[in-house]
Order: sequence, then C-alpha cells, then structure tokens
Amino acid sequence: MKQLSVFLENREGRLEEALRILKEEGINIISMSVADTAEYGMLRLIVNDVEKGKNALQKEGFSAHLSDVIAVKMPHVVGSLHDALSAVSKANINVEYLYALCTRTDEAAIVIKPSDTEGAVKALKDAGFGFFTDGDLF
Amino acid sequence: MIWNEAKECMSRDELMHLQSKRLVKQVERVYHNVEFYRKKMQSAGVEPGDIKGVEDVYKLPYTTKDDLRDTYPFGLFATPMSEIVRVHASSGTTGKATVVGYTRRDIEIWQECVARALTMAGVGKGDIIQVAYGYGLFTGGLGAHYGAEYVGATVVPQSTGNTKKLITMMNDFGTTAIACTPSYLLHIAETLENEGLLGSIKLKSAICGAEPWTEAMRLQIEEKLQIKAHDIYGLSEVMGPGVACDCEFHQGLHVAEDHFLPEIIDPETLDPLDANQPGELVFTTLTKEGLPLLRYRTKDLTSISYDKCDCGRTSARISRFKGRSDDMLIIRGVNVFPSQIEAALLEMSGTTPHYMMIVDRVNNLDTLEVQVEVEERFFSDQIKELENLSKQIARTIQMAIGLAVKVKLVEPKTLERFEGKSKHVIDNRKLV
Repeated sequence: MKQLSVFLENREGRLEEALRILKEEGINIISMSVADTAEYGMLRLIVNDVEKGKNALQKEGFSAHLSDVIAVKMPHVVGSLHDALSAVSKANINVEYLYALCTRTDEAAIVIKPSDTEGAVKALKDAGFGFFTDGDLF
Repeated sequence: MIWNEAKECMSRDELMHLQSKRLVKQVERVYHNVEFYRKKMQSAGVEPGDIKGVEDVYKLPYTTKDDLRDTYPFGLFATPMSEIVRVHASSGTTGKATVVGYTRRDIEIWQECVARALTMAGVGKGDIIQVAYGYGLFTGGLGAHYGAEYVGATVVPQSTGNTKKLITMMNDFGTTAIACTPSYLLHIAETLENEGLLGSIKLKSAICGAEPWTEAMRLQIEEKLQIKAHDIYGLSEVMGPGVACDCEFHQGLHVAEDHFLPEIIDPETLDPLDANQPGELVFTTLTKEGLPLLRYRTKDLTSISYDKCDCGRTSARISRFKGRSDDMLIIRGVNVFPSQIEAALLEMSGTTPHYMMIVDRVNNLDTLEVQVEVEERFFSDQIKELENLSKQIARTIQMAIGLAVKVKLVEPKTLERFEGKSKHVIDNRKLV
C-alpha cells in the first residue's frame, strides 16, 4: 500500500496548511499519524488518491513523498497485534514505525513500515495474516 | 609604559625613512625570490628600481587571500623551507587552508610586536597571564604566548575549552592578565559571577582580539571585571596578533609601523585613500622573511590617523573596525566563509541545496546554525534517516570549518531567495 509522507516544520499552522491543500483537492484521509521531533514532524497519511495528494502538496512547496507500507488485517482477538509483531521480529525484521488504520469495515488493521517489506509480508502471510491493498479501503 | 620607545616614538620623518629603506630591500628580495611576485610585478610593469620609498608603494600590485590559496601551500614563501621554523594555518575561502610560514627572525619580530601590545595593556614582568586563545594552527595562542614570555610575565597556556578550570586557576593562581576573545571574556565574567568569584580574583587587564567587538562591549568588560581591556589586532597572513593594539587612551590601535606599512584603499576602485578616510586596510610587510606580502588586502574596513597619540607613540592608529569588504564571518574567533559551507554541502550531496547560516550570540558565545531545505532527494519518511542526514551535514561542515554547528532541516522554499548574489547569512549578533 502507498503512503503519502509530508515533511513539516514544527511550528504553528504547518499541519493545518498541508491539510487545507488536501481538502481543497478533494483528497479523503483514511488514516494518519504524526511523528514529531523538536524541530520538524513527519505527517504520514493513507489517502484515497496518493498521486494527486503528493502533486498538490509539492506544487505548494511541501516536501511530499510516496513510500511503501503494509496494511495488516488484525482480528479482534486479544494478542493478535503481538502475534503479528512476533512473526516480524522472528524474521529479524525491524519495525520502523506503525499506526492504526481506519478500514471502514468491521476489521481492524495496522500500517507497518518494516525494514524489509517483502520479508515482512512473507513472514506475516506464513503466520496466517491477511492484508489490505490500495483498492480495498476507498 | 612603552616597550620600545626608540621605535614606537620615533619622529614621523625618521620612521618614514626607516620604512622606505626596509620597503626597497623587501621589494628587491621578493622580486628575486618569489616567482609569483616577479610575474605579478612584471605584468604590472613595475621593477624593483621603481620603488624608491614608501611614496612609491602604490605602484605595487595587490595581494589577496586567493593568491595564497592559488600558491598553496608554500608558493609565496621567500626563503628555502630549511629557514622556516614554524607554520600556522587559517581558513581559506574554499576547501584549502591559508598557510603562513615564519623564519626564526620572523618569530622574534612577532614576539617583539606582541610585547609592545602587552606593554600597552600594562602587562609585564611580575604578571601572571592566562593565554586563552586556541593553541595550534591558529596564531592566537602561540603568538600571545611568545610575546608574554618575552616581556617576562608568567604564562599559563590555558588554550580554550574548559571555562571552569580556567576560572579556578584564575582564582587560585592570582592571575593578573588574560588574553582571549572579547566574547569569551564576557562568558568568563558571567561564569565568575555565578560562582561568586568576581570579588576575589586579581585580574587587572585583558588583551582581547581575533574577532570584531564594539567600544560598548569593551566598557562592559572593564566595568564587570573592574579591569582595563585592550583591543589587539592581527591576521595570520600578515603575522598574527600584535600587528596593532590600543594604548591606555583607546583612541585607535597603534600599528607596529616599522614592520608593517598600512594603507587605506577604496575597496571598489582600489585607489589609495587619504588619512582618516574610511576604506579597506592594506598591509605591506617590511621585515617579514618567510612570507613577505606586498599590499595585502585584509578586507577589514577602518581608517588611519597619523596624529601623535597622548601616550607619546607616533605610530599610525587604525580606528575600530567597521566591518569587512567581503563576506567572511568571525565566529568564536574562527574565520568562516559562506563559500566553505557551500563547498561542504556540495561535497556531501552533489549539488548545493538552499541553505542559510544563522549566527547568533547566546550567553556571550557565538553560535552557528545552518538551515538546510529538505529537498525531494533528501526525503525520507523515517525520522532516523532525517536525523542521520542532519548529523552527516553537521559533521561535514564541522570538518570544513573546524567549528561545531547546529543543523536544522527546514521545508523547501522557506529560506529567503535573493535576486543575483544570494544571501546566505543572517548575523544576529549586535556588534555595530
């Protein structure tokens, strides 16, 4: 699944400005997370049209970028997140970041950025996990 | 007190006679020993015979820092390397350092000049002086050190970096004088105040230089520490600290004119200017053996007065510096050119991203922040990658300029763009 990432300086109005541009382009945000440091932040978005979102943001001067992440289906059962991460870590793969994904279905899901995407997909598949792809959510 | 009354107080006529004699000899030597100067003089149509005295100095071609870079490392030396007993180096405008060399006699003259400066500041035998300039390639530490030993003071070669240790020793040793940058001295004063030691130290004078400062700052130092503060000037190309210093009347800095012939020129037209006219300071060394310089453009803006000073010295005095005619910055006493930052960024990333240098003074210490726009090619959605990027930028710049910098990543197109010559420096230090 493609994720839209945006570099934001850590100051008033930057997040608001980025979101305004997406709104004006008619981009629907499915899920998001913001990682922050003292000086800048990283806005990570799952949206209905990543290309259009990226182009609109870049036109307005933002540093925006697409990257590959995986969206893993999470059964509503105690321990399923742990089981997923356990499968990833047993394959010696590091999780760079993760956040919850809004699926608009009854299924829960998480977005994972692993150090090795292919390896993580294989490990999770072997452990019995399923995935969402771009088309599934919009 | 005057260290060398015979030289520092000689009549202007006698002095000009001495300068003329030395200049003629110097030009002769340089012409025969340094190919660079010979070619330069030939293409300017000047022969050594045309220089009969100081009144002819304007006929000589100028020398610049770029000439030193182009002849790196030893191309302008006028003696065989076997005669050179020491080298120092300072920042060049780009990657390469500016290297200067001294014969044994050059070192002796240097310590003589520093001795004159220290005497102006009332420092002599019986004093304990902490030299808190950096020791090493920078001329400040060793230059002040030799001069202080020469006047017979007890020298503590403190160098820079450990303020706590410095003030402990200052208090325990009963230090009476210090040589350091003015901003560092203010920082020391503040540290002394916080430690409750301001009342117990025995400091009476300071010889400050290596960076521009104001009269207000000098008075602030004098009041806070209850001492006399003096302004010492120098640049490694010409010699190092001790080229000029101000006496107890603080009416400009007395140039060691029997060794360095000063001129003021218009930095645009390059025409010589009259006394008291503001312009760029130019030096011709009169006695240097290792690295003699003809009409070296310092890029420092000032004016010269030839009036006799109340202290009795007859030497020319340069006024407080009004800035520079190039874009060189002096940060914590270190010369920094924006072009060095640019070269470092270029080396790291292939092309130069937009950047801005923000210079500030926090708690009397200079800080340098370099803001770099995060362009598409630097982009990563992982914080650790971005942090590695800023660390790598900081490391590359630090290696280039020898100063720790803070790197801040900013959004693209947020740094100001200027038409034509782009501006890459915001200096928030209030000095003038």
